[in-house]
Amino acid sequence: MRIAVAGENALIIYFDDAGFSAQASPAVAARVQAAKVAIATSLDSVLIDLIPSYASLTLIYDALKTDHFFISQTLNALLNDLDNAESGQGSLVTLPVYYSVESGPELELIAANADLSIEQVIDLHQQQEYRVYAIGFAPGFAYLGEVNEKIAASRLSTPRQKVPRGAVGIADRQTAVYPAQSPGGWNLIGLCPQRMFDPTVEPSMPVAVGDRVQFETISRNRFLELGGELP
Amino acid sequence: MSGFKVINPGMLTLIQDTGRFGFHGIGLTNGGPLDPLAFRWANRLCETAVDGSVANNTALEISIGGLLLEAQVDTVIAITGADMALTINGVAYELWQSHSIKAGDQIELGYAQQGCRSYLAVAGGFDIPHSFGSAATVARETIGGITGDRLQQGDFLPCASFNAQQHCSVDSNDRPHYGDAFTARVILGYQQETFNDVQQQLFFSSEYTVSDRCDRMGYRLTGQKIQSSIDGILSEGICHGAIQIPADGQPIVLINDRQTIGGYPKIGSMISIDTAKLSQLMSGAQVSFEAVSMEQAHNLLHFAEARFQQAQLQRC
Repeated sequence: MRIAVAGENALIIYFDDAGFSAQASPAVAARVQAAKVAIATSLDSVLIDLIPSYASLTLIYDALKTDHFFISQTLNALLNDLDNAESGQGSLVTLPVYYSVESGPELELIAANADLSIEQVIDLHQQQEYRVYAIGFAPGFAYLGEVNEKIAASRLSTPRQKVPRGAVGIADRQTAVYPAQSPGGWNLIGLCPQRMFDPTVEPSMPVAVGDRVQFETISRNRFLELGGELP
Repeated sequence: MSGFKVINPGMLTLIQDTGRFGFHGIGLTNGGPLDPLAFRWANRLCETAVDGSVANNTALEISIGGLLLEAQVDTVIAITGADMALTINGVAYELWQSHSIKAGDQIELGYAQQGCRSYLAVAGGFDIPHSFGSAATVARETIGGITGDRLQQGDFLPCASFNAQQHCSVDSNDRPHYGDAFTARVILGYQQETFNDVQQQLFFSSEYTVSDRCDRMGYRLTGQKIQSSIDGILSEGICHGAIQIPADGQPIVLINDRQTIGGYPKIGSMISIDTAKLSQLMSGAQVSFEAVSMEQAHNLLHFAEARFQQAQLQRC
């Protein structure tokens, strides 16, 4: 673990020995999650925000109330104890997906590249239990990892101008559900009718960093019944 | 209902309060005023004029200018920040000063002569519903403001009626000066060790130009290329003011509406009093960088805060 300066009122904690060059790993992500919970409790009165990510936690504090000496000292004590702490598993969230060529324009491409059938690609995507490593890019955009190597796919060379809300995509070994219509370069394999971000409901997201996610195949009819819209 | 009607929203006018905090975990950025000092002065002028307690109420951030409002309320307003000509019913009035407004008045702002963002506050603030604890508009997220977007022609800005007890102005010594060049203070951090001594010296000894690709997410600067020894990192949290150096070697200073995580190397972060100055620059302006320690940055922040708190408004 290493604490580095980020900015005037921000520190970043790296949990992997490789620091910012680390690779995604469930064990390190679990430590990020445990630290997030401990810090949110202990430093509540001076904390402005926390940004958990794959192998780091960015901590933003009120620099008019405290300083980085106090924060670093508190973190050192807190995180040393944490090394032995059990970290939570996070909840398991199941997200329905209508996988098809109609709803997932890159299914055929991924199948062809991997020398698999479309059904096999779908099976590999939904067999895996994923971890929410980070949320960012846009409100509610959850980075899930890691997809089976066979169906990993690099981003499209020309990103789409419009990816529909609910589109399920793959980029390298990550997968995600687009929370809103936006530009994007991920390979699309299906559509999820579940809203990933809705500012009018509480909680506004069905998942949080540290949760586990599983995808479940649904039919076209079920997708429409659940409120899904085909683009 | 009393308030103001938007006759012309101008180039880019946004409803802003101090910003949205505590929601980075679900990917929401901060929003809020790019120049918090000017924003706070505008609110303080209004609240002092009506004998209210100073609150950082919901106000307008006007970029470039061109705003025209029609009052449907009797109240007090103040405009601070960039030098945009203010007229009320065609008569010129001062910025950095509170003014009484009567229903039917037309309040117009010209285009910025010096600086880029101004703030229009009203006594008691605009009454805009909060989303995730704030009224701050972040158009990229479709969150805040009236519809999650910039002000539109025909929008209505509700607010209560107030009578002025004592008009006041900000002393000229206490007003910031918006120039065309300045030296921004930077705290080294994040991936600083991936920029070797030569690269860091180049960064701190070169002048950069504010490009025309600047917005509320980030300011792209052009000039001397800086090279990191790595192409990218595992995505991590980005704080306000972080200076990202992508593969083209041209710095981007990430500000209020930035994405919350990202994978480009960062050399450090600009202090907040200087990101405020940066956001008042137009394209073509010059910026150079000076490294400061965390302790110096802390002192500068406290000094600026004390100066604001201790400054006395002038009665007029």
